[in-house]
Amino acid sequence: MDEEYDVIVLGTGLKECILSGLLSVDGLKVLHMDRNDYYGGESTSLNLVQLWKRFRGNDQPAAHLGSSRDYNVDMIPKFMMANGTLVRVLIHTDVTKYLSFKAVDGSYVYNKGKIHKVPATDMEALKSPLMGLFEKRRARSFFIYVQDYDENDPKTHGGMDLTRVTTRELIKKYGLDDNTVDFIGHAIALHRDDRYLGEPALDTVKRMKLYAESVARFQGGSPYIYPLYGLGELPQAFARLSAVYGGTYMLNKPECRVEFNEEGKVKGVTSEGETARCKKVVCDPSYLPNKVRKVGKVARAIAIMSHPIPNTSDSHSVQVILPQKQLGRRSDMYLFCCSYSHNVAPKGKFIAFVSTEAETDHPETELKSGIDLLGPVDEIFFDIYDRYEPVNEPSLDNCFISASYDATTHFESTVTDVLNMYTLITGKVVDLSVDLSSASAAEE
Amino acid sequence: MATTGNKNINSKLVLLGDVGAGKSSLVLRFVKGQFIEFQESTIGAAFFSQTLAVNDATVKFEIWDTAGQERYHSLAPMYYRGAAAAIIVYDISNQASFERAKKWVQELQSQGNPNMVMALAGNKADLVDTRKVAAEANATGFVLQLTCLQEEAQQYAQENGLFFMETSAKTAANVNEIFHEIAKRLPRVQPQNPSGMVLMDRPAERVASASCCS
Repeated sequence: MDEEYDVIVLGTGLKECILSGLLSVDGLKVLHMDRNDYYGGESTSLNLVQLWKRFRGNDQPAAHLGSSRDYNVDMIPKFMMANGTLVRVLIHTDVTKYLSFKAVDGSYVYNKGKIHKVPATDMEALKSPLMGLFEKRRARSFFIYVQDYDENDPKTHGGMDLTRVTTRELIKKYGLDDNTVDFIGHAIALHRDDRYLGEPALDTVKRMKLYAESVARFQGGSPYIYPLYGLGELPQAFARLSAVYGGTYMLNKPECRVEFNEEGKVKGVTSEGETARCKKVVCDPSYLPNKVRKVGKVARAIAIMSHPIPNTSDSHSVQVILPQKQLGRRSDMYLFCCSYSHNVAPKGKFIAFVSTEAETDHPETELKSGIDLLGPVDEIFFDIYDRYEPVNEPSLDNCFISASYDATTHFESTVTDVLNMYTLITGKVVDLSVDLSSASAAEE
Repeated sequence: MATTGNKNINSKLVLLGDVGAGKSSLVLRFVKGQFIEFQESTIGAAFFSQTLAVNDATVKFEIWDTAGQERYHSLAPMYYRGAAAAIIVYDISNQASFERAKKWVQELQSQGNPNMVMALAGNKADLVDTRKVAAEANATGFVLQLTCLQEEAQQYAQENGLFFMETSAKTAANVNEIFHEIAKRLPRVQPQNPSGMVLMDRPAERVASASCCS
């Protein structure tokens, strides 16, 4: 460890592992350490014993839940957009060969007290019970406009400049009612709040296209895919990439302390009395608590169940979005469910998550409307964690700190943060122009 | 994981063992027929595949090398995941590397799939020649030590359900043999794991026809 590195990465969360991989592939000399004796940091997946240790102290899990090692319970539950940026990064780095995926069965939205399948195309819009007869036709024309929209072909723009026209104005043109706007904005365009209505419509149109194209890619019931054995596989796969390109890995390194010189620039990291020198440090917020600020908190419930989420056509993996307005909240609530079909639980068991950006300090009451949709549970755990963002100036101290994982249901914001950090660190842009239209998947 | 169909078996094989025991050298010899005396620690390629024909089946090994993550005991659990076979490598001239090999066997017994085929490879067997030569010209302590270790390894393998071979990546002795023996021992019918898809940057048609997976 007593050596000089180009970059020392602290924490093996997904963001840090992707960066470690990209930097090692670039030929930089990387040392990657974690205070824990497992990979993944906040974005790890826990087995039953680890889960109990974290939430139940000295209690032991009940025998009827099955074997501990059959469980891989995500600590940051998210799904991957089939055509999203994480898939592009996986293909770009060839990390896909270490992983197996399965499509997620269903994508649902909560509307007026009921769960409905999210319509992704004009044809599905026509069939959806979410809208009345006339509204369906209006929604259908809007879906067709979005499907046909091509940024580079003004003929498809319908005479509107979507970099200037707001989403609200675009929607008004199609005469959609608030109810329709609610599920389009939150369950298809996946906005977290209603600010998008006042912003240029291009972003929303692009998000709707990403959703529809992702659904079409695997002909599944959702735009999402999810790795077998849980999300904890992702950081491990990128860590392997980094190691293959020469990155050095040290887990179980307590008290990693970042050292600075007189000018306040990083000069190394000390752990267990040894100092490794480096030019730059990349880390999650927990390693440099003095250079981050709290920006919010996430409330979360984790349930072990013996049945799928009711009213989701027995989906063994599913996402349900509860738009803020439907609950009288400021931020959306999300339900996820995964099961033995993705190898995250023993046969017959399901893992469900309810999560939201917390607006109170009482996750149990705050998450109730989501938990009520789960039906009976075998076990349930509640958690609340703070979200941090860096406040330092990386050009002054050479510290590159990732933001905490947000409550969103997919990895788009995660990867955006990673790609921005990569550019800050190297001055380069990751070329993600992999040919997704021809990219495909092979059944094993 | 090993999947079967038309007697084509795909199986993930992992290598474990002390730094410098010769894990990468064994793979390079098996896959490429090469040997490099002063092999740098593994960089850039830690994923090989090689197909072997045994009597009743074609076995395609997907071979995972540790990529150096074993150095500070930081091997990721995904490494063991779904492995149908493992070769635990030690250096026959190094007692400490044999002790480490035993630790890896324990690790596999706790983390790996219970039906895994495990091979114990006493590598650098070219030193056996040194052993014989020296034995004829009066045994030295070193030679005694080599012979003792060989017996100890044999016994350990027997007691723990491994099969044991002394290999040399340098002379190629027993290298093909050890992979061949694993291929013969792989269960022909594996319990069906839920299968997933591997994302590829290739058109669907080509993937379907060139699919290695059955």
